[in-house]
Amino acid sequence: MLLIDTFVLALKNIWSNKMRTILTMLGIIIGVTAVIVIVGLGNGMTQQVRESFSSMGIDSMTVSIWGRGSSRAATVDYMYKVVADNPQYLSDISPYVQISSQTVKEGRDTYRYTGVYGVNEDYISIANYTIAEGRGLQYMDMKENKYVCVIGDYLAREAYNGNAVGETIKVGTYQFRIVGVLSPKTTDPDLQEGGEDDRIYVPYTVALRINQSTTVDTYTVIMADENYANQAKSTIEKALYAIYQDEDSYYVYSMSELLEQMNQTISMVVLVLTLIAGISLLVGGIGIMNIMLVSVSERTREIGIRKAMGARETTILFQFVVEAGTTSALGGFIGIVLGYALSAAATAVVPLVAPGQSVSISPGTTAVLVSFGISVGIGVVFGFLPARRAARLNPIEALRYE
Amino acid sequence: MSALIEFDEVCKYYYMGDTVVKALDHVSMRIDKGEFVAIVGQSGSGKSTCMNIIGCLDVPTAGTYKLNGRDVGRMRRGELADIRNEMLGFVFQQYNLLPKLNLMGNVEVPMIYARVPRAQRHARAKAVLEQVGLGDKLKSKPNQLSGGQQQRVSIARALVRNPPLILADEPTGALDSHTGREVLGMLQDLNREGHTVILITHDNSIAMQAPRIIRLEDGRIVYDGDAHSPEAFVSPVLEAAFEDFQRKEREEEAEKAAGAAKAQEARKAEKAPAQEGGDAACS
Repeated sequence: MLLIDTFVLALKNIWSNKMRTILTMLGIIIGVTAVIVIVGLGNGMTQQVRESFSSMGIDSMTVSIWGRGSSRAATVDYMYKVVADNPQYLSDISPYVQISSQTVKEGRDTYRYTGVYGVNEDYISIANYTIAEGRGLQYMDMKENKYVCVIGDYLAREAYNGNAVGETIKVGTYQFRIVGVLSPKTTDPDLQEGGEDDRIYVPYTVALRINQSTTVDTYTVIMADENYANQAKSTIEKALYAIYQDEDSYYVYSMSELLEQMNQTISMVVLVLTLIAGISLLVGGIGIMNIMLVSVSERTREIGIRKAMGARETTILFQFVVEAGTTSALGGFIGIVLGYALSAAATAVVPLVAPGQSVSISPGTTAVLVSFGISVGIGVVFGFLPARRAARLNPIEALRYE
Repeated sequence: MSALIEFDEVCKYYYMGDTVVKALDHVSMRIDKGEFVAIVGQSGSGKSTCMNIIGCLDVPTAGTYKLNGRDVGRMRRGELADIRNEMLGFVFQQYNLLPKLNLMGNVEVPMIYARVPRAQRHARAKAVLEQVGLGDKLKSKPNQLSGGQQQRVSIARALVRNPPLILADEPTGALDSHTGREVLGMLQDLNREGHTVILITHDNSIAMQAPRIIRLEDGRIVYDGDAHSPEAFVSPVLEAAFEDFQRKEREEEAEKAAGAAKAQEARKAEKAPAQEGGDAACS
C-alpha cells in the first residue's frame, strides 16, 4: 500500500521536474548505454570467434608425439584403446600423417599447395567433411595398404573438372586411385587453394610407407564433450606419460584451449571498457545525490508538514530513496533502450560502411538485467544520504522553513 | 470529564552558549476531553513551545506530559509520529498545504501514513472536503483557492483521521476578520461535535471566543480560567511595567513640581529688585 503510494509520489515528483530529472539521469543513461554496447560488442566478438573456431572443430585436439629415445612407442592400437576406454571424454581418433616431401601431379600439372595426409576411415567425419561423390576411406584400405584416396572439392574441380572419381593422381612417384570427392567447406575463393578443399586423404598405413616411418607422430582426437576439454586433454597426456615417462615427449593441443584464451582476452578487454563506462555510472550516481540534496532542502517545509501529519522517519527515508531509485532506474531503462538501438544500428550500418566486415552486437539479457540492477542500486545508494538527511529533519524547524 | 492533556511541571530549556532560555518553566495544567481552550501569549511567551510539546513535535526537557494518559516524554520519534497521526489534527497559520497535490491529495496525506486503503481514503477525503464546503473543488490545487478556502482544506486535513485533539496555531492570523470569524466558527462547530480544540493565539479578541483561556508569559502560566473574567487579560508583567511607568511618572511630576516651585521662588527674588529699579526709573 505504502509502497505503491510512495512510488506514485516519486513518479509525480519526477514528472513535475522533467528537465532536472533528465539532466540528472544523463550520467546514468550514458553509463548504461555504454555498458550495454560494450558488452554487446564483446558478446558479438566472442560469438564470431566461436563460430570461426567451430568450423575448425573446437572439439578437436591435436596430439603430437616425438618419443625421443624411448624403447617403447605408442602404437596406433594403443591410442585407439585409450579413446575406447574413455568414452566419457573421448569419442574419436584418427592418425594424421603428413606427406610433405612429394609433389602432387595430374598429367603435366603440378599442385604445389595441395596437402596430402594419411588418415583413417573415421577422419572424414571427424573433420566435418561430407562425401559429395564416390566413397570415403575404409578399414580395408588401411589394412591392405591400398593406394586409394579421397580428394577435396577444389582439386576435383581444378584438375578433373568435377569428374574425379575413378581417375588417378600422382603423389611423387606413387599413383593413387580417386575413390571419393568431398563436399566444399568454404566458398571463399581466397581460402580454396591450399586450404581445406585442396587436400588429398590417403590411408595412413600407405602414408607411413611413403614416409618410410613405422610410427604415427600426429593424431587428431575428438572430445566427447567440449565442456570437459581439460579432462580430455589430461586423459591423453596420462596415457602418453605411461609410455614415455617424459612430459617433453608429446604435446596435446586443443582448439578449445585456444578459444578459451581468446575468450579470456576478449572478456578482459570488455571488462576494462565496462569499468571505464562504469565511471560514468559513478558520476551519474553523484549527480543524483547532488540533486537529491537540493531537492531535500527545497522540500524542507513539505517534509515538516508530512512529519506533522504523522510520517515516520523511515517513511520519509523510504520516500526519498524510492525517488532516487526511480530516477536512476528510469535512466537505466532509457540507457538500455538506447544501448539496444545503438547496437542494432551499428550491426546494420557497419556492413554498409565497410563491406566484407560484419559486427553483430548482441547485449543479451544478463547485461540488461545487471545494468538495470546496478542503476537502481546506484540510485538507492546515492539517494540514501540525502534521504537520511530528510528523515532526520527536526519537524519544528522544517515547518518554520521558508 | 477525563483529562486529555496533563502537564506536570513541564520545562523546556534551550541552551544558547552559556545562557539558558527557559521557554517553558514548570508549567502544570490539565485540559479535559471536549474542552475549547485558547492559549494566549505575546511572542516569546512560550506558547509556540507549548504547542510543539502538546503537538508531540517536541518533548519536554523536564516534567511529564501525558496525552490521553500516555507519557509522551518517554516516546521514541516513531511513536511520536504515530501519535501525531492518530491523536492530533494540526491547523497552521500558513495553512501548510502541499502545493503539488490537489485538495484530495492533501487531505489524504494523513491517511496514507495510517495505511488506509485507497478506496476508503478517497471516500473519506471527499466526505471531509464536502463537510468544509469544498466538495466542488476536489481536484483543485491549493494555489487556486482563497486563503479562507485553503484554511478550510487544512481543517479538513486535520479532521480526516477523526483525532480527539485539534491544535490550531494562529489559524486566523493570515485571514481578514470576516473569514477569520468563519474559520473560528468552524472550530467551534468541531468542538460542539466533541473534538477538543486548542487555539494558540496572541490576539485577545480571538482568544475571547474560547470559554477558557490559558495565558503564558515568560514561560509561565499567569492566568488559567474563564475567558470572561476581568483578570483574563490582565498581564502581571504589563501591570508591573505599568506600575513602574506610573511610579516614574509620579516621581517625575514630583520633581517637576519641586523644580517649578524653586524657579518661582527664584523669579520672585529676581522680580523684587527689578520692581524696585523699575519704580525708580519711573519715578
